[in-house]
Amino acid sequence: MNDNVEKRRSERTVDDVFAQAMAEPDIRGRSLWVDAWHRLLRNRAAVVSGVLMILIVLAVVVGPMIAPWAGDFTDWDNTSSPPSLETGHWFGTDAVGRDILVRTLEGGRISLLVGLVATLVSLVIGVSYGAVAGYYGGMTDRIMMRVVDIIYALPFMFFVILLMVVFGRHIILIFVAIGAVNWLDMARIVRGQTLSLKNTEFIEAARACGVDHHSIILRHIVPNLLGVVIVYVTLTIPQVILVESFLSFIGLGVQEPMSSWGALVNNGAQDMESAPWTLVFPAVFLTVTLYCFNYIGDGMRDALDPKDRA
Amino acid sequence: MSKPVLRVQDLSVTFTSLAGSVFNRQERQIRAVDGINFELFAGETLGIVGESGCGKSTLARAILGLLPPNRGRVMWMGDNLTELDEEAMRQRRKELQIVFQDPVASLDPRMTAGDIISEPLWTFYPKMARLQVDERTRGMMKMVGLLPNQINRYPHEFSGGQCQRIGIARSLVLNPRLLICDEPVSALDVSIQAQIVNLLQDLQKKLGLALIFVAHDLSVVRHISDRVMVMYMGQAMEVSEKERLYRKPLHPYTNALMKSVPVPDPKLAAAARRENWLTGDMPSPYRRPKGCVFHDRCPFKVKRCEADVPPLRRMENGDRVACHRAEDLDLSVVEA
Repeated sequence: MNDNVEKRRSERTVDDVFAQAMAEPDIRGRSLWVDAWHRLLRNRAAVVSGVLMILIVLAVVVGPMIAPWAGDFTDWDNTSSPPSLETGHWFGTDAVGRDILVRTLEGGRISLLVGLVATLVSLVIGVSYGAVAGYYGGMTDRIMMRVVDIIYALPFMFFVILLMVVFGRHIILIFVAIGAVNWLDMARIVRGQTLSLKNTEFIEAARACGVDHHSIILRHIVPNLLGVVIVYVTLTIPQVILVESFLSFIGLGVQEPMSSWGALVNNGAQDMESAPWTLVFPAVFLTVTLYCFNYIGDGMRDALDPKDRA
Repeated sequence: MSKPVLRVQDLSVTFTSLAGSVFNRQERQIRAVDGINFELFAGETLGIVGESGCGKSTLARAILGLLPPNRGRVMWMGDNLTELDEEAMRQRRKELQIVFQDPVASLDPRMTAGDIISEPLWTFYPKMARLQVDERTRGMMKMVGLLPNQINRYPHEFSGGQCQRIGIARSLVLNPRLLICDEPVSALDVSIQAQIVNLLQDLQKKLGLALIFVAHDLSVVRHISDRVMVMYMGQAMEVSEKERLYRKPLHPYTNALMKSVPVPDPKLAAAARRENWLTGDMPSPYRRPKGCVFHDRCPFKVKRCEADVPPLRRMENGDRVACHRAEDLDLSVVEA
């Protein structure tokens, strides 16, 4: 008797709780992405780098449009002039009178573009290739990864020079060359992650629920890879920029009148003693950008993988 | 009696591992599941118990085709599941569902509770209206005791018990006919275990599910099962009606399992320890004993046990046992 009353009371409260909860609006979940974002915002180095990066990108995009000079304009009155506010050449000019500020900003466009496009190419190819190889495993995996090994074994410089000789020097070729090499790393990382993911219970659960392979890769594997991939991307962009700079430095990169930070550093290095500003300014932009990307990448790694570090 | 919905016949799963150096490769085989036979009726619960590594989970996965069996048949409503092609099998998955051991690991951490529960719906009914999916998902959440307004929460925002409820809701959203629970409560603490087991029992009654309940906790299995299968080294030692199995086990191994349950009272515990004759570990699966797989740990063994494999025989009362001496042993358990 007493039990019954007790039981009824508890039942009613459960129903009450449900009724109350039904009336309330849905609780908004906090996804892992939102969590990671909040952690990232608490990382001072990453935030400062992010702000700096935004400023650099803005300057590079907008700067050349509002500058009084074009990048290939030669100011014969001020050749090799040091930085000064009077002449209007804030960063000075090079040996043929071109404004260093405008050229640095225009070069930044190319450098950043190469960094972004080549990384994007390697991202798309690498993730799909790696996820497929890792998920299907067995013979498919073995063949696909041997292909990667073979391409990996090609000497990079040899490959670039070959491309230049066959197709002539063109900016697209730089994208192709860098992208063709960079996706290999991405594919390996993604494959490794996929191998460990595909044996987790939630993938097995998805299979038990009748989800087909295609959807499992797209809906379960790739979203769970993204953390690692994003970190790798932020660390790849500076690497690609550096490779492009290196190619330009040894004269295999962009062609005059176009330029990139690497090409500018190359030019500046030749006049280093007479006109150091031609070297310093592009070099500073290049270094700051590389620092920023690396700090952002570090911050993202900490934010996306909080279990690893305290 | 009506016809069984599920009939497992001679099901075997063998894992191959490579050993030795590159130049001297040896293939070693483990028979994880070795010739299992049983049948299951609609609305019935079969408990499967055994030590860790005896092949319980492997059997569960093999029935669902998540692992390819080497031999045998899984007859589900007249179709042999092991012979279906991938697409046909995928379609049958609507009727066959599983609840996993680790409640958190079995949920995709990037998806909300609602996405997880409704995924089977999207998969099989891609044209289903969004509103209808939402309604069904909320209905399922309520049914398993989750507040429907938590539909947008992520797995890490739920407790282990709640995660297991999400897993159960996902497995029931398609109205399956068979639910396999692979140690659904072993990762949960005791108070939550009771809730989940009662929930499963209620749902089974409500939906008329056939249930296979894999566990190593004997009391949980006793609570929920109609019949119990005892496994050892991939083989069925005994398949008996629950009460009979717990009162009067037919197989020495069943008896040993029951005696190895920890006794809370320290005075009784000492006595129980003395009486617990099961010592040592399961032999390495690579060196499977000849004859009865249990003979080297069995105190009742006779010459014959070392030579002949005892078949799973049907006894007069319908129970089945794989022991040569089942008739002349009295293994009754005295209950406190």
